[in-house]
Amino acid sequence: MLAFLGRRILIAIPTVFLISVFVFALQHLLPGDPILVMAGEERDPEVIAALREKYRMNDPVPVQYLAWAGNALQGDLGISLRTQQPVLELIAEKLPVTIQLAVMALTIAILIGIPAGVLSAYKKGTWVDWLANIVALSGLSVPNFWLGIMLILLVSVKLGWLPASGYMPISEDPLQSIRIMIMPAFVLGTALAATLMRHTRSAMLSVLKSDYIRTARAKGLREHIVLVKHALRNALVPVVTVITLLFGELLAGAVLTEQIFTIPGFGKLVVDAVFNRDYAVVQGIVLCTGVAFIAMNILADAAYRVLNPRMSDQ
Amino acid sequence: MSVTATSEIEADPLPPRQRSRAWAKFRRNPSALLGGVIVVFFLVVALLAPLLPVPGPAETDWSAVRKPPNAAHPFGTDEIGRDVLSRMIWGAQASLLAGVVSVLIAVLLGVPLGMVAGYMRGWTDAVISRFTEALLAAPFLILAIALAAFLGPSLTNAMIAIGLSAMPIFVRLSRAQTLSVMTEDYVESARAIGIGHVGLIWRYILPNIFPPIIVQATLTIATAIIAEASLSFLGLGQQPPAPSWGAMLNTAKNFLEQAPWMALYPGIAIFLVVLGFNLLGDGLRDALDPRDT
Repeated sequence: MLAFLGRRILIAIPTVFLISVFVFALQHLLPGDPILVMAGEERDPEVIAALREKYRMNDPVPVQYLAWAGNALQGDLGISLRTQQPVLELIAEKLPVTIQLAVMALTIAILIGIPAGVLSAYKKGTWVDWLANIVALSGLSVPNFWLGIMLILLVSVKLGWLPASGYMPISEDPLQSIRIMIMPAFVLGTALAATLMRHTRSAMLSVLKSDYIRTARAKGLREHIVLVKHALRNALVPVVTVITLLFGELLAGAVLTEQIFTIPGFGKLVVDAVFNRDYAVVQGIVLCTGVAFIAMNILADAAYRVLNPRMSDQ
Repeated sequence: MSVTATSEIEADPLPPRQRSRAWAKFRRNPSALLGGVIVVFFLVVALLAPLLPVPGPAETDWSAVRKPPNAAHPFGTDEIGRDVLSRMIWGAQASLLAGVVSVLIAVLLGVPLGMVAGYMRGWTDAVISRFTEALLAAPFLILAIALAAFLGPSLTNAMIAIGLSAMPIFVRLSRAQTLSVMTEDYVESARAIGIGHVGLIWRYILPNIFPPIIVQATLTIATAIIAEASLSFLGLGQQPPAPSWGAMLNTAKNFLEQAPWMALYPGIAIFLVVLGFNLLGDGLRDALDPRDT
């Protein structure tokens, strides 16, 4: 396992390098002198000089990249123009909020998606299967920011059941925190539930055809035991991998969800940074999500090997 | 090289009989047909926008500000008295254009790169594959937001950003398809009779990897339309006063209590058109892929 992880990490190095080149190149897309843009409205000559020095703007581009990458490797992703905080600190501050939202959304997605997928595969070709498929496809087609707006209108404005926006750290008041977060988590979870349902259905369909399921049934095992203990356990192997890979979708979905429900998380940080032309923060976020995504990919591969021991000698 | 020799091993991806079988399968699939009907409906509405009997999308009527749906304005009016139906009809142009153009960008850049990677293998493949992985590592929407932010907010830049973000899917798909087609006998035979690289790629590989690319493109249009609406919703796509469904929702969220219809209809339109492309894509996959039943 260790050798496998080592090999995967080695393969990931060139990818991380390319992501860093891409993120570095972003600032050269800016029209005009990026330093003038980075220095903000005041254009303080001292700030401009310091930024030029820091990013070695008078040096050739490869040297500039090396200076930038060297800083990034030491955790220095620059300073936010707006808050004057180090970018990494800013990201670390907002991340727990988004992680809570993501975990709740994923829980909702798993609770809806997996049973729906199992049922749909078991009842293949019946109206249950048809209905589950239509609901899943609708879940994939509905823009989650619109779903959020509609839920605010119905649940908060008309019925007054749940707050429409805000945030409460889970450590301060867990119940209130969950109450505030449940609607955004549902909005974020619907599309994921649909994806999980479709993957679970197709995995279950192929497992249900296999010999050991026929054997289990022939032994006279009760149907729910065949379904849960024999079929689902095996069908879950690819589904677990999919869950790990949904991380990117969760983060992207969080951008819009946090915007609608004014949740002060990672997604809102990106949008605020974009509108404040806080380019160092945008770059830092793309770099961090990229690296995190690669780490999740490696974890997905590792999880797949743990769950599917036949893979481990390959 | 004789003409007969070439035509004998000519590889049509879907010979007539198979093509009609695919079409028959597609026709028997009610949800695929429904998808097709929805997509055609929105295309027709978008194309005929200038001819339809509705007020101009920027025409304001100060005596009818935030009016609920009525006979004169079937979908109501917005915060400055513009007709919501008219803005939705014109907004369909922006959405469909963004969906189609960004997927074209992704296909035109991604497919050649993927084919070259799969055909050449070795170093070329390694470089292109690492490059694709790097692009895939950033979540689609975050990458599009970052690109739109650096390129500046506009519909054109949103389309470029979405197209570039969607490109890696097509590189991966066409690379994998090329690798599998390369092992086929007819490619071997074509190579044996001395057909050059360009001829091989153009006449033997491209037509054979096309069906899955069409399926993926249809499904990606759905994703691209949502992405454009999302970017416009965030203020990074179509700029006001030009109409776009995402931008309409952005304004509507400020008038949720007073004018809920402003938020209702553009959302339904996005949902329907995306559902249409998803149904169509699923139907095409079922019809074109013999393995998927």
